[in-house]
Amino acid sequence: MSLKYITPAERFKKYLPKDYVELVDYGPFGKTQEEAGPGNMGQFKELMEEHPMCSGCWMAYYIRLIFASLPCPEETVTLGTAGCGRLAISQAAVPFIYGNYGDQNAMASGLTRAFRLRFPDKTKDVITIAGDGGTMDIGFSMTMHSWIRGEKFTTIMLDNEVYGNTGGQSSGMSPQGVILKMAPMGKDFGKMPATALAQAAGCVYTVRMSPTNIKKAAKIIRRAIFVAREVGPTFIHAYTSCNIEYSIPTEDVFQDAKDKEKTRFQFEEYMTDEAKAVIERVEEEEKTARKAKKAASKAEVN
Amino acid sequence: MSPNKRPMLEKKLVDMNYLLKEAPREQHFITGAQAMAEAVKRASVDMAIAYPITPQSEVMHLVGDVFAAGHIKEYYRAEEELGTMSAIAGASRAGVRLFTATSGPGLLRGLEAIVSWPGHRVPAVLGILTRVVNAPLSIQPDNIEMAYMMHCGAVMLHAENQQDTFDYTLAAFAIAEKVDVYIPVAVATEGFFVTHAKGYVDMMSEELAYTPFDPVAAPVPAMDNETPPARIQRDAPVQKSNFMSYLIHSVWQQEIWDSNSRAMKYIYEYLGGPIEVQNPEADVFVVASGCAAAQAREAWRYAQEDGLSVGLIKVRAIRPFPKNEIADAVKNAKALIVPEHNIIGWLSTEIKASIPNGGIVVDGPRVYGGMTLPVELIMKELYTALGLEYELNL
Repeated sequence: MSLKYITPAERFKKYLPKDYVELVDYGPFGKTQEEAGPGNMGQFKELMEEHPMCSGCWMAYYIRLIFASLPCPEETVTLGTAGCGRLAISQAAVPFIYGNYGDQNAMASGLTRAFRLRFPDKTKDVITIAGDGGTMDIGFSMTMHSWIRGEKFTTIMLDNEVYGNTGGQSSGMSPQGVILKMAPMGKDFGKMPATALAQAAGCVYTVRMSPTNIKKAAKIIRRAIFVAREVGPTFIHAYTSCNIEYSIPTEDVFQDAKDKEKTRFQFEEYMTDEAKAVIERVEEEEKTARKAKKAASKAEVN
Repeated sequence: MSPNKRPMLEKKLVDMNYLLKEAPREQHFITGAQAMAEAVKRASVDMAIAYPITPQSEVMHLVGDVFAAGHIKEYYRAEEELGTMSAIAGASRAGVRLFTATSGPGLLRGLEAIVSWPGHRVPAVLGILTRVVNAPLSIQPDNIEMAYMMHCGAVMLHAENQQDTFDYTLAAFAIAEKVDVYIPVAVATEGFFVTHAKGYVDMMSEELAYTPFDPVAAPVPAMDNETPPARIQRDAPVQKSNFMSYLIHSVWQQEIWDSNSRAMKYIYEYLGGPIEVQNPEADVFVVASGCAAAQAREAWRYAQEDGLSVGLIKVRAIRPFPKNEIADAVKNAKALIVPEHNIIGWLSTEIKASIPNGGIVVDGPRVYGGMTLPVELIMKELYTALGLEYELNL
């Protein structure tokens, strides 16, 4: 039903905004990663074509990447909270639920369970995308308890190590010693151990990364979603720098992300055996499908 | 077993008018908490989310039993009230019928989420089993928390006794989901005095249940990627700093309160109106809501025996507040006695604001912090208002 839900009736098309019609005709709904994934973000009209973020915002790049990587955008609902992220997330052509402060994982718990009631035979992907403050400070209890309860959805934390949208206050994810608003003498404790907390709370797949490699970052996003469908809660802790509050010159944003990969955001991937089995199965299926498609197109050429 | 595969009880599905007004009933002797859970049992609730304390009544664990028996599809205990109320808001986006209940400090803990329900167009039903919220911490009944709920846009009903609790809770589901309402309905009653005490409740068979929630009929489509019209957001216009965003927000708020007003006709339809008036020609009225109305009723009965010109007005709806109905009912009255279970007197404030001659409202009697409300306190005010002596013996 869901592709149909997005697709306008032929006769009605001429009355709809052009960008909507183009999104449906040429966008990534119902397409594979090879047809419309991150590798083709320039060629296809992606799910999110504009954003109101600051120039050089690494978070905006990563949010685009999330939407380009979705295994099934037409069956996905995202949830978020106050922060820079939601400014961009709400630009995407995927339903976005903007709740109260830090409540995204509690809302997603209710939403995911209700989806399973109403559509027992369908896969609906639920993803919370929130900042470090929303996920680890104000939303901490709701985040942790959604994991402890084993709620089957994906949590993505956009960690810019600061309250960027409210003007640069320190967060639980800011590194020790950094001078920020509300930490005028330097933050006196270190980053919260987010992935360790996630694992202790029962996440079956967790990744910490600085998403400098598009293909790898996309693969991780998809893995987290596939595992959440079948096994349990999954968590991605991604570095998405705030070039404004940390005064990173725009041209150095990428280099900064690469530097962080060697320090606070060293790549770490954890999965349970059950999660691993799902990943191996799905990726094998995708590989087979790709091969079959290649063979078919070769046959066509011949 | 996953909840969606669990077999549910077979029921005869009926509309709310039949359920409330026509279905044969049998008398039971049960607590107010049981009455609320029994209503939930007959309401085809899809999902209920519970939290045990701060403090709770028995309602949500009884609803758990109702779930276990197969009357409700999904139920879980959340981490605390903000998590509970947020999860209700999330689940509502999937297009299901929802119930939860809380009390006192728990209500205030969940209030950030609850006050956003109307704006999010969450047609959930919320039980409020009132408790003290002020320090020092206590668990006693006191309905001051309702004052905090009155300005969020939700419809609020206030039940006098166990029977009201049952009927109002059922009606609440129908009122909340009306296309021209579609905001939450809170059903409040007093902790202990009603929730823990038994009273007679006439109930229809539990083989009957209210017609299920229809997400297609909802005026605000579920965010399920299924129910048209498509709700794909490409912009969040409200949270921008420009005139259009302020305008959208202000119009949105107006619409919530208009929806609240439109609930009034359904309060007439299902509950017979927002107020009950006894002895409309009286000189002096006792005006009360919730379990204070039970004491007011008793005072009115004594006054009848004493041959006094006393009437009773029971206020069923706190939001929308029946301004016109009350103003009309008391237009010839000389005094209004407003007994309440809270120190601030939110009901007397509302009544004063509803009538042109607010000076006739007697502030009180009020009890709070868990105190009971002796009928004699009301009698004393009645006699005084009528210019008579009354010897108060407590």
